[in-house]
Amino acid sequence: MKSTSTWPEFLITRLIKASGYSAIVFVALIFYFLLNEGAPALFKTPLSSLLSTRWYPIENYFGLLPLISGSLIVTLGAALVAVPFGIGTAVFMSEIAPRWLREILKPLVEVLGGLPSVVLGFLGILLLAPFLRRALDLPTGLSALAGALLLGGIAVPTVVSVAEDALDSVPRSYRDAALALGATRWQTIWRVTLPAARSGVLTAVMLGIGRAIGETMAVMMVTGNAAVMPSLLALFHPARTMTATIAAEMGEVANGSLHYHVLFFIGIVLFLISLAINVTASAVVFRQKKRAERILS
Amino acid sequence: MNKITIDHLFLTYSDGKESLRDINLGIAEHAITVLFGPAGGGKSTLLRVLNRLNDLADVTLVAGKVLLDGENILDPKTDVIRLRRKVGMVFARPVTLPLSIRGNLTYGLELAGVRDKSRLDEAVERSLTQAALWEEVKERLDDPAVALSGGQQQRLCLARSLALEPEVILLDEPTSGLDPISTGKVEASLQELKQHYTIVLVPHSVQQAARTADYAAFFLQGELIEYAPGKDIFIHPKNKRTEDYVEGRFG
Amino acid sequence: MATQSSSASRLATQRIGFSLMTLMTLLTVTPILLVVAYIVWQGAPAISVEFLTGFPREGMKAGGILPAIVGTFYLTLGTAVFAVPLGLGAAIYLSEYAPDNRWTRLIRLAIINLAGIPSVVYGLFGLGLFVLFLRFGTSILAASLTLSIMTLPVIISTAEEALRAVPQSFRVVSISLGATRWQTIRRIVLPQALPGILTGVILGLERAAGETAPILFTGAAFFLPRLPHSPLDATMALPYHLFVISTQVPGMPVEIQYGTALVLLVFVLGMNVIASVIRSRARAKRQW
Repeated sequence: MKSTSTWPEFLITRLIKASGYSAIVFVALIFYFLLNEGAPALFKTPLSSLLSTRWYPIENYFGLLPLISGSLIVTLGAALVAVPFGIGTAVFMSEIAPRWLREILKPLVEVLGGLPSVVLGFLGILLLAPFLRRALDLPTGLSALAGALLLGGIAVPTVVSVAEDALDSVPRSYRDAALALGATRWQTIWRVTLPAARSGVLTAVMLGIGRAIGETMAVMMVTGNAAVMPSLLALFHPARTMTATIAAEMGEVANGSLHYHVLFFIGIVLFLISLAINVTASAVVFRQKKRAERILS
Repeated sequence: MNKITIDHLFLTYSDGKESLRDINLGIAEHAITVLFGPAGGGKSTLLRVLNRLNDLADVTLVAGKVLLDGENILDPKTDVIRLRRKVGMVFARPVTLPLSIRGNLTYGLELAGVRDKSRLDEAVERSLTQAALWEEVKERLDDPAVALSGGQQQRLCLARSLALEPEVILLDEPTSGLDPISTGKVEASLQELKQHYTIVLVPHSVQQAARTADYAAFFLQGELIEYAPGKDIFIHPKNKRTEDYVEGRFG
Repeated sequence: MATQSSSASRLATQRIGFSLMTLMTLLTVTPILLVVAYIVWQGAPAISVEFLTGFPREGMKAGGILPAIVGTFYLTLGTAVFAVPLGLGAAIYLSEYAPDNRWTRLIRLAIINLAGIPSVVYGLFGLGLFVLFLRFGTSILAASLTLSIMTLPVIISTAEEALRAVPQSFRVVSISLGATRWQTIRRIVLPQALPGILTGVILGLERAAGETAPILFTGAAFFLPRLPHSPLDATMALPYHLFVISTQVPGMPVEIQYGTALVLLVFVLGMNVIASVIRSRARAKRQW
């Protein structure tokens, strides 16, 4: 018998396979171009300078520490908001709320996830910052705190949706067994459902933090953008994150200048952070899946 | 005369679950050959080898030959698309494609390049008539196929295979989900169809095997235990294990 | 009795716990409604025919925002042109062809990483590859390409999920009737998965339409007195325009700012609504 599979089939199969592999190509390309433009920063300026505490590009001070700590403070603050509220909302939606309420809440959280961050930043400038200034009697409301609150809101939908998925995938029988043993629904949630979903919840927290570290526009608009080393009360002062620095300064630098290379170098740092977070998060998920498969087979 | 000759066939899945060991079997033309035995014996696996649907599963080892009209269909150079048009398949659960009744019937033909409207219409009527469904659906050929009852859907699946004018029809427990009346209709169709087609049937019960078989092959744990004309194997089985199974001592 | 009192206290704990969770959910959800409502309330007075179809005047402090609306439309369209075929292809590969091996796991890891890369880093990448290396300049083309790579993971994962939801038995039956793999995908699987795929595409484009950081250095223009003529022109865009008029232009009338935010919100949430409608309609119509 002669083969009827024809060249269009062959071609289309090749194209589909190529698009499948394109994701790997893009990650490699992104890393390559960041390295290509960012690595010169390491050769043209000593590492000790990059690790110093002064960011003042006009006079060639490229200390990254204020930016890194700015990102850390804002992100930690955001996590303090997003993690409890995200997990609390996820628990409410998946374990407590009746079905009809869940059907309303889910799209609402999706709407929050879809709000452009520039819109939130805009409201941050007009409403949140003045409110914080008056309420806490600060010289300016444009502060790390404003950034943390906004970022918390931006990270919440990520935490909610991943955590809710994790809670949903806990087998019904676990809950039924706990309830049958006389546990209240509340005890079941805390002692059975949440522990069973813990790796998924952990993934949710990590992805939420990843979302917060990478967020740019909202943070740039409300944190006041002062590249200073944090003090004890850093949360109430202006701060500047790595992402905001790139966004604010890249437009004004000459291509190929040291400043340009350093901004790309910050890009490498951000890329590696997100890589680390996502590889860890997916490793957690893969491991959990494997365990589930072992139990089920 | 044998339509299909299976010659020293070995098959193993990569998970090592179900396998076939050294199967030798001739399948007669224009007759119903029944493959029966307890679950996991390899009947369905063998059925799927006959139109190479096992290509979709993880098969690690295939050895031996399966000759259809003298050509080895396990040969890697075999055109499986043409093979599947020649060897049709009906599954245990009636799976209608998400198309109209007519769309289900013309699907295979259109893929084979048939565009001629009158030829397609002719195939729709012929195949539905052969599957004893024409009278019930002729007024609503453009309705979605899922609107049919379970029994009608299964006869539609049979008709869908027949529309391609195959030479061999494989049926994998085609009546397992049907009520006795629908089952009777399908079995009656098969008796008609064997005049023109070679039929290989995995029945869903020993009773059905005994009712329908011209020839029957008893499978146990991947091995062919006994093969004989239907009237012999169910009345005077030669092998002790066949006898035990037929008389309901295990299974 | 002791057990009774403990059971009563356990129920009290539960009541407190449930109230706490409810409160947290309310605190999460109400701000969303307030934000949307407030922008509508403050922005609605600015909306007029001139605002939607006119050019900015007097240093953007008056007139309309047509170039930004058109620009965002072009960028979204450009993103769709690149991201939809590529994302769909990748989803089909992962759902229908990919073997379970190390390479496939690597592809999945790459997609997860693409989803996590900060948007401003996409901007850097677009600047490096499309603007400078390929010499597209700051243009709609460069910005759309950057946005489409950023959008890929959303499209791939939702489309793959939609494809996987199509029952396996349809594929087996189609193959058994002599269809090739691609014929099976094109005639059976894709039509059934289409609503889910569309939902994913729209959600991906929604994200692209609202993004600012990736287009900052790849295609966004501060102010343009005309509409872009070709894909190689830079363009104004709604999110970038909102950023500009809320941080870079002193003395900007608040009304125009809210009006711009409202138009952006309608653009983005409108897509979200369309996606939800497609999804719920398909769910109601599905036969399996």
